[in-house]
Amino acid sequence: MRPFEQVVVDHGPVVLRVCRAVIGPNEAEDVWSETFLSALGAYPDLRPGTNIEAWLVTIAKRKAIDRHRARARGPVPVENLPDMPAPVQDKPGSRENELWQALRELPSKQREAVAYHYIAGMPYAQVAEILGNSEAAARRAAADGIKRFRATYKGELS
Amino acid sequence: MSTIRVDNGGSASMFASLLVDDAEAQRRLHARLVASATAEGILDVAYHAIDTPIGSLLLAATDQGLVRVAFGSEDRESVLSMLAERISPRVLNAPGRLDAAAREIDEYFEGRRNSFDVPLDFRLAQGFRRAVLTHLLEIPYGDTASYASVAARSGKPKAARAVGSACATNPIPVVVPCHRVVRSDGTLGGYGGGPQVKEILLDLEAHHD
Repeated sequence: MRPFEQVVVDHGPVVLRVCRAVIGPNEAEDVWSETFLSALGAYPDLRPGTNIEAWLVTIAKRKAIDRHRARARGPVPVENLPDMPAPVQDKPGSRENELWQALRELPSKQREAVAYHYIAGMPYAQVAEILGNSEAAARRAAADGIKRFRATYKGELS
Repeated sequence: MSTIRVDNGGSASMFASLLVDDAEAQRRLHARLVASATAEGILDVAYHAIDTPIGSLLLAATDQGLVRVAFGSEDRESVLSMLAERISPRVLNAPGRLDAAAREIDEYFEGRRNSFDVPLDFRLAQGFRRAVLTHLLEIPYGDTASYASVAARSGKPKAARAVGSACATNPIPVVVPCHRVVRSDGTLGGYGGGPQVKEILLDLEAHHD
């Protein structure tokens, strides 16, 4: 089993990008921190051959849902990420902010599919596993998400 | 920063600005991870590399103490893999836990320290080899002892050869002074960090005794 430091170096940047895209830049670093702390704890028991990046992204998704659930009032069970995350982002006018504003208007499945496939570079089979749907559905969600994103995002595409 | 790994018709590049300040963010997040892992008691092996007159030394510590010192000539990746295999894969680059050891080693190389006070973790050595290491700590700064005399001190007078291999596999060199063990004929004998390093350490100690 490789030293956990190597896991942080190899996958830390990608997981941070996914966090930024899925839950927004404000909470991304908190979720990243909770994800890697939890991963470090569980790491010695990880089954050999596990796809580390998919494992980390799955933990990050759960941590994001936990935060959302903690924010939600009352005992209403929350099993998915919110479709329209409420917090207004700081740094108005920044490029990152505009991108995030466009991403946050996507339904959560589409936003996640876009993040996992286009930002983390995961194949659709893996995206489907994290989303809990079929490969075809994951592909469709990513395609719809990108289409909608392009329609919303007015900034220049580098 | 790193590139997006899949070709997806240019869509990836539109997220380029989500990558801003990644290096700085990673440094900040790494420090935060080390702090919370330490607080939760799940940082099993901390490591840190320091510069010394004999080159870079990789220091690693468990919560018990300094467990490994590796010379620059050793392959860093295999040293860290060995620590992950033999102790725990919860290994992080975490300079804080090595602060005291790093300071004492600095003082040693400046000639201001002739014994080490940091706690040591001998778990990487077993049996007779481990016994030899504890006896090496009894050889005073500036002195040398022969392989045969260390063998005698360790309770196996005929085991000079085994003392040689205990020294060669010393997981905590410099701090556990295997460099003070020389041949009975006065020649230096081998050293994990190379014979020149052994000579430098003995010279240093001779001049500051």
